[in-house]
This record gives sequence, structure tokens and C-alpha cells, in this order.
Amino acid sequence: MSGISLRAKRIVKNRAFLALCLLSTSATILILALLIASIMAQGSHFLFNSDALGAVFAHGELSQLTKIIRWDFLTNFASRFPEKAGIYAAVIGSMWVCAICALLALPLGIGTAIYLEEFAPKNRWTALIDFNIRNLAGVPSIVYGILGLTAFTRMFGLFGSDKNSALSFGPDNAWWHIQFPFGQGLLAGGLTLMLVVLPIVIISSREALRAVPSSLRQASLAIGATQWQTASKITLPAAIPSILTGAILAMSRAMGEAAPLLVLGIPVFIANTPDNLNDNFTVLPFQIFNWAGRPQESFHQLAASAIVVLLIVLICFNGVAVYLRQKLRKPLA
Amino acid sequence: MTEQASKFHPKSNSVLYKATSTMPDTQPNLAKPAPASAPITTTSLPGSEHITLRVKDFNAWYGAFQALHNITLNIPSQRVTSLIGPSGCGKSTFLRWINRMNDLVANARAQGVMQLDKDDVLDRNFDVVELRRRVGMVFQKPNPFPKSIYENIAFGPRLHKHFHRSDLDALVEQSLRAAAIWDEVKDRLHNSALGLSGGQQQRLCIARAIAVGPEVLLMDEPCSALDPRSTASVEALIRELRQTFTIVVVTHNMQQAARVSDLTAFFFEGKLIEAGPTDGMFTNPKNKQTEDYVTGRFG
Ligand SMILES: Nc1ncnc2c1ncn2[C@@H]1O[C@H](COP(=O)(O)OP(=O)(O)OP(=O)(O)O)[C@@H](O)[C@H]1O
Ligand SMILES: [Mg+2]
Repeated sequence: MSGISLRAKRIVKNRAFLALCLLSTSATILILALLIASIMAQGSHFLFNSDALGAVFAHGELSQLTKIIRWDFLTNFASRFPEKAGIYAAVIGSMWVCAICALLALPLGIGTAIYLEEFAPKNRWTALIDFNIRNLAGVPSIVYGILGLTAFTRMFGLFGSDKNSALSFGPDNAWWHIQFPFGQGLLAGGLTLMLVVLPIVIISSREALRAVPSSLRQASLAIGATQWQTASKITLPAAIPSILTGAILAMSRAMGEAAPLLVLGIPVFIANTPDNLNDNFTVLPFQIFNWAGRPQESFHQLAASAIVVLLIVLICFNGVAVYLRQKLRKPLA
Repeated sequence: MTEQASKFHPKSNSVLYKATSTMPDTQPNLAKPAPASAPITTTSLPGSEHITLRVKDFNAWYGAFQALHNITLNIPSQRVTSLIGPSGCGKSTFLRWINRMNDLVANARAQGVMQLDKDDVLDRNFDVVELRRRVGMVFQKPNPFPKSIYENIAFGPRLHKHFHRSDLDALVEQSLRAAAIWDEVKDRLHNSALGLSGGQQQRLCIARAIAVGPEVLLMDEPCSALDPRSTASVEALIRELRQTFTIVVVTHNMQQAARVSDLTAFFFEGKLIEAGPTDGMFTNPKNKQTEDYVTGRFG
């Protein structure tokens, strides 16, 4: 075969491959766009006030601008009547449960990562732990729900049933009131979500620590720093931006989980915000799940509206993660 | 002592010239007998009354592989001792045992005597943190911390002691001056150390090592990642520093060994073949392998 035709063949192959890549990329984007469009179309009824929209865009009445969004959707509790229903309890519940989950999972996960990466001897035992953590990260979250149900909601029946607890501390109206077992309360939810995200936090933190060049550790040790001083003053500060990025992505995972909380049996109709760590709560994904399962079309619209809110929250989380990755991450060598 | 040390320098330069420009078949200077004033033994490095590091029958292993065999070597204080030898002969291994950096290698093991002044370096109970404060190390690739120039220097001293701000400032300046980099960085002490050139970074690393007040400085090929100009400045610095510190430097560059060191030890396949004053090693090597190596016939 001559050189020319070989070259022509190469060019054709190259073009075909490029076209294929473009095609699959645009297909993905198209599907995403369709998804967002259909959710927006369904959800717009409860998110936007059509009268105000018309006033602003058709008649230029800027005074109506703040009325475009139906704020009461965000500030109302759930209701049997779709027009009165809102996601207030779910938003507050999600925030609480994520805060608890973050407070527990981040110190524990980052601490574990520091131990495994900086201190643990590299032997068969730590290899086994490593293998297990990697597997745990792939376990479906509903399985953690079962674990949460027995370990936190019921506490293996050690302290009576979850409806009739045998042990409690603090007055009911104090935020730190705790009773055992945790029942369907915030603590049970936060702890269960902690189980879900812990392997993710550990793995991403370990990767962040591993990315710190070992020449920096050596420099620190060679100057007479202890292992702990090296880890806390050199390695950890260098890895913190990446660790935070991973932590935020883990939290957005926790924010989007419904399945494990479904197993705990958390209620969906909540008429007040949580008073204490043991109070009942609901979360956005669970509220969405519940509304989407109802026969009436209006509830499907409510579900779509809540999805839009959830997506906006998640996009914010991811935005912060990307920002941290871009801005805080400094060159290390 | 300083006077005696500085005598080595111009001499070794001329040795270097001869050693590198002479073709293998015309080496009358290499055949000359060793001068009586500089007795060369394979076990000790004369030149200074005080011995900082005594090594006797030292063996080191990585797992089952023995990297060093029966090394016996005395390293005198306030001298530059260079370790030369082909790649893989165990120079870094030797160096990394002196400050026990090999503790970090899981299967590394050593046996024998290694004494820093009166202390047994290999003693399990010997505090490595204390040891590493006394024995500083400079690595092949400059490795400043991703912090400011000031913080790089202040890091070590602050680990060991609480300082008042003004004392720390003074210590930082003193260390940077000692490493001959003060004038280049004094106006940007609080800028990132990563903004410095490679040669500046290496001198910063030397300043960082000096700041904790070590007795010994170990340098593992400190110039191999640097351009000729930076190399020259680091070499000048090494010559300067021997007035204060005992320096052990690993190098692959014969000319560099000749330029900077008072004493040279030649390692080959894990054994110490020959050690002695640098000019003697380059003009009158006792051993055929040393001669072949320093004249560039192998390695
Ligand atoms: N961590 C390690 N584990 C196992 N073997 C090692 C390790 N480090 C070094 N060795 C082996 O020990 C021997 C000596 O290595 P060393 O690094 O001391 O050589 P070197 O003289 O410094 O070589 P170079 O000039 O290339 O730096 C080599 O054969 C090397 O393969
Ligand atoms: Mg080496």
C-alpha cells in the first residue's frame, strides 16, 4: 500500500473517532438538558407565580420581581393540600442531618485517613483494612439503612423499644436532649448517613494526603520533627484543599440520600422543625420520594419543584468544591 | 584548623585539572608514590584531631540484600568528606543511616558501630528527633516546604523551642546569611519559597538545615539537580560551611569531590575501597579500582 493512502486512512479514522466522541458527548448533554427541562416544566407551577411572571416580563412591572418565586413553597410545611404544601421541614431537616453527619464523619474519616496514610505500618493487617474500606464505599446505601435501623434506631433493643425509650438525658426542650435508643430522630439519621459517607471521606482524604510529595515529609523528619508534627504541620496543611473538596462532595452525597432514611422509617409529615437531637425530621430526597409516589398529578408537580430546589443546593455544593480545588490548591513542589 | 582546611582547596583544584585532562595511557602523576606527609589508610580519614563520627564494622541490609559490608571509617570534624562511587554502591544508604532516615524504610536493618561523638546512633533507644537535630540533611532535589521563605527556616527551630519573635527573626537572618542567600531573599522573606530558583531553593534548604544548629550536615548529591551556576554557588557555600560544620557530601561528580572536599571515601559494591585526603585519592590512589574510577575508566 502506498504512503498516501495509509495517511488518508489515518485521517479518516481520526475524524470518525472524533465524530463518535462528539456524538456521545452531545447525547449526554441532550439527555441532561431534557431532564432539566421536563423537571422545570413540571415544577414551575409551585416554584413560580405566573401572574407575577407575566407582570414583570410582559408589562415591565419591576415591583413584582420578588413575587416571581413562590416563597411559600419554601416556607410551608407539608400538607394534604398541594397548593398549601411546602418543603420547609424537609429543608431544615436536611440541613440538620447533614450538619450532624459532617460533624461526625469528617473528623472520624479524616482522622482515619491520617492514621492509615501517615502512621500505620504497611503490613497485611492495614492492607486488609484498606481493602475493606474500598469495598464499603461500594455498598448500596440501603444496606447502611438496615445497619442504622438496628444500631441507632433500635440499639439492638438494649434500651427498650424506640417508641418507649428507657434512658434519656436532659429536658425535652433542650437541643441536647438525648434518648436511647435514637428512634427516628436526627441523631439516628445523621449517624446512618455518616456510615454511608465515611468510606468516601476516608478514601478521598487518603488520596489527598498521598498526593503530598514524600520529599516534604522527609524534609520535615530530617529537621527533627516527629511524625505527628510532620503530619499536622506539613502534610495536612498541604492536603487540606483536596480534603475539603472531597468532604464537600461526600456531603452532597449525604444530602441526596433517601434510601437509608427510608429504612429507618422517618416520617414524612412533619409539622414543626426539630427541637432537639432526638426529634423527628424529614429530608428533601425523602419528601420527593413520598410526593412522587402519590397518585395525584399535583403531588408529582410538587416533587418536581422540590427536585429543582435539591438540584440547586447540590450544584452550590459542587460549585464550592470546584472553587476550593481551583483557588486553594497551591503547587506543592 | 581553618587555615589547614583552606589549604586543600587550591591544591585539589589543580589535581582535578590533571586527573580529568590526562589520557589513560599518559599518567605519570598517578604513578608517583604517596607523599609521606599524607599517610593513607583504608580505614581512617586523617586531617583533623577530632573525630565526629566513628564507624566501625558497619553492615546494612534491605531485607536479605546486604547493601553495605564492614564499613570502617572515621569522619573528622569541620572537614568536608565526600563519598564517591558508582551508582548503587551504597553511598546514600550509608548517609541515611547517619541520621537514621532509613528508619522509614520498613525492611532496612544495620549492625556495627556508628558513634556520633560519644553517642551510639544505632541504639534503638537513642532519640532520633534529637539525632536529626544534630545531624542535618540536604536532599538531592531541593524540597522547600510550600510556605514562605521565613516559615521554611523558622519551622525547625520552632519545633524544638519556643522563640520570641525578635529572636526568631535574628535566627532566620543568621541562617540565611550562613547559607549565602540572605541578600537574594531579604526583601521577600514572606513570599513563597517555591518562587525561588532551583539553586536558591537548595541554599534555602541548607539554611533550613543550619537553623536548628546541627553539628553534622549530610548532603546527598546536593547539586545534581542544579545548573552549573547554581552548582558553583552551592559548592562555594559548602567550602564556607566547613568552618562551622562537619560535612559529608555524596557526589557523582569527581571534579566536585575534588573541588569541595578535604577527604574522600570511595565505595564500590557496598564496600569501602579506599579513603583518605582528597588530593591523595586523585593523584595517588592506592587501589586499582579507585584509580579506574577517579580517572573515569568506569562508573
Ligand atoms: N529502599 C530500598 N529497598 C531495597 N533496596 C534498596 C533500597 N534503597 C536502596 N536499595 C539498594 O541498596 C543498594 C545501595 O543503594 P544506594 O541508594 O545506597 O546507592 P547509591 O550509592 O546512593 O546510588 P546512587 O549513586 O545511584 O544514588 C542498591 O543496590 C539499591 O538497589
Ligand atoms: Mg544515592
